[in-house]
Amino acid sequence: MVNGKKLVVSASPHLRSTQTTTRIMLDVIISLIPALVAAIFIFGPRVICVAAVSISSAVLSEYVCRKVMKRHQTIGDLSAIVTGLILALNLPATIPYWIAAIGSIVAIVVVKQFFGGIGQNFANPAITARIVLLLSFGAQMGNWATPLSWKNEITTTATPLAVGYQAIESGTDVSLLDMFLGLRGGCLGETCALALILGGVYLIARKVISPAIPLTYIGTVALIMLIAGKGDLGFVAYQVMGGGLLLGAFFMATDYSTCPIKVRGKIIFGIGCGIITALIRLFASMTEGVSFAILIMNLLVPFIDRATIPKPFGTPKKEKKSKEAANA
Amino acid sequence: MTKHRLSGVLTAVKKVRGGVKVHHHKNTAETEVVRMPAPAKVTIPMQQHIGAPCEPVVKVGDTVAVGQLIGDTDKYVSAPIHASVSGTVTAIGDIKMPNGTLAKAVTIESDGEMRLWEGIEPPHVETREDLIKAVRASGLVGLGGAGFPTHVKLNFPADKNIDTLVVNAAECEPFITVDYRECMENSWDILAGVYLLKDLLGFKQVIIAVEDNKPEAFSVLKNIADHKIDRNDEVKLMVLESKYPQGAEKMMVQSATGRRVPPGKLPADVGCVVMNVASVAFIARYIKTGKPLVSRSLTVDGSAIKEPKNVRVPVGTSISEIIDFCGGFSTDPCKILTGGPMMGLAIVGTDLPVLKQNNAILAFAHDDAVLKPESDCIRCGRCATACPMSLMPTNIVRAAKTKDVSMLKAAGVTVCMECGSCAYACPAGKPLVQHMRLAKAILREEGNK
Repeated sequence: MVNGKKLVVSASPHLRSTQTTTRIMLDVIISLIPALVAAIFIFGPRVICVAAVSISSAVLSEYVCRKVMKRHQTIGDLSAIVTGLILALNLPATIPYWIAAIGSIVAIVVVKQFFGGIGQNFANPAITARIVLLLSFGAQMGNWATPLSWKNEITTTATPLAVGYQAIESGTDVSLLDMFLGLRGGCLGETCALALILGGVYLIARKVISPAIPLTYIGTVALIMLIAGKGDLGFVAYQVMGGGLLLGAFFMATDYSTCPIKVRGKIIFGIGCGIITALIRLFASMTEGVSFAILIMNLLVPFIDRATIPKPFGTPKKEKKSKEAANA
Repeated sequence: MTKHRLSGVLTAVKKVRGGVKVHHHKNTAETEVVRMPAPAKVTIPMQQHIGAPCEPVVKVGDTVAVGQLIGDTDKYVSAPIHASVSGTVTAIGDIKMPNGTLAKAVTIESDGEMRLWEGIEPPHVETREDLIKAVRASGLVGLGGAGFPTHVKLNFPADKNIDTLVVNAAECEPFITVDYRECMENSWDILAGVYLLKDLLGFKQVIIAVEDNKPEAFSVLKNIADHKIDRNDEVKLMVLESKYPQGAEKMMVQSATGRRVPPGKLPADVGCVVMNVASVAFIARYIKTGKPLVSRSLTVDGSAIKEPKNVRVPVGTSISEIIDFCGGFSTDPCKILTGGPMMGLAIVGTDLPVLKQNNAILAFAHDDAVLKPESDCIRCGRCATACPMSLMPTNIVRAAKTKDVSMLKAAGVTVCMECGSCAYACPAGKPLVQHMRLAKAILREEGNK
């Protein structure tokens, strides 16, 4: 008591960093804006409506869920907006609005809130929702708008990964420069490599994500494709910019809840994602494997985390041996 | 290792993993330490150290003088207590300590004269045993904040093969500047203390550690390390990157020698002794004058203090009187700390006395005292990155919630030194240090079963 007023007594430390969950989520939203803006230029104003539907249904689902479950409200942390936005970027620009809404509801209600909300989900909500939509609405989910066709009449096209590298090499399909700028068929947010790299660099510079996962994930895919393409660097660039690799590696594989905590774990996780993506692309019947690769690795995170727990400071190195001896 | 230009000298700066970059707030760095006039009354607790409490050796009504012994014990891990003002003993009874426990305390009504006790004379120190005896008699405890009796720390067995003394001038806690002032104002004492300890205790090397945000202290300490009496270059200066908690004992030992103190062990187990720079300077002064530890320097700062200052106060002065000496409160205080903002203790009132090991009194206004609201853990891993001890605070919190003893043991909670880096870094505002203490309590309880 001082001057008749009670003092606050709390455990140390009495200083806290200014970083908050909301600020982190805001940074993720900022980092996705280049990709969204690029998508609007490439696929037209309908992109805005898809994103608006997807985001608003995500936020609404979160709000209703928390209300029904009688838990404290969490829409203020902006994480539902992030989920809705990432899901929108994973949809074709031609997607019916109601399918986008279903995707958001699945992501927030089933994948996130059923398991306890932010930080508790074991799989990435946007990726799982995308896979659910892919399996349920295959036709609509594979209806890729032709870039810049929105100015006249929207026509559809195939993605470069589906067309194959020969078409690009021979000049009958989009060029590598088109792929870099995003002028190709694909999910609305995955096509513009330039915008995605900008956003990714922003997240790394703001220390929101560690570069470990994007580097190892993209690096592993590049390395395997270098071998598979017998040293053709154009093929490597085509694979790295094709499909959802950049979107997945920078923004989805790095989701805190569903990736390992320590850097060693992140490296294992990134390499695993890279190998599965490359295997699916090279050998499976699907043309694209980023979503499945990340989902499969999501499920392995608890094991990776357990295997990469650091030893407390100063733990003698021989202790490991004596433990093994005790177990044997 | 990177290199920085400090006071015109290109210097290697040591980095460690973990820790957090905290705003320094060293507002009082250029304020000279001012001596506070004798308070009307001091209350001197009999426990101002880690270890056994002392028993009063004076009675109510006795007349005492500055430096006179008023509390002692035969227990080994303890430090005697001396009168910090001259006057009359008016009460001996229990008082509530900052941490909430009760301790016996001697209250002395000051006669305002600050008369020195006639029994004070410089000790005769020629051997290692003399030194340890003298340090015990001086009542010295670690002045950096922990309050461990220094004579116990220095009395290491000869077979321990201790070769390094690390003098800690890092002062990595924000706000506090008393160690810096010690370097600037009492460098001769530091110099004398360093060489005295080295010669009498047989250290092969002395490493003085300072953070790179104190270039003036760097110059002063460089002169000490390069002094001509150091013929074999056994005294060295080490510059650390300004990062909290560089001043923690285990971090210091690692930066200075590359040795890692194993869990549950002390720096002595890897051949090191770590001492606060003010403690080193005090030993030199005590050998010169024989005046025991009866006063200490404090940083008084924070947004609710009118005139932030460094003050030298008699031990046992009440915190409210010290704050009054610093112009009182500029606004209603919301939180008052003894010690720094990262590891200091929030106190319930200002009628508590200052202890030997207190190095700061900080009072914060409402806006600086209220922490960000707690939200859900997002598993971002910032706590694990910040932990200098390589622990995983997220896992420990989960294990503590479910009282999973085997998991807690495996997670190495006992290594946690409660530096607060994890809680500082947490974007969800989790009180992680509180969880760590809870986890330790669960293990202690389990051990008692």
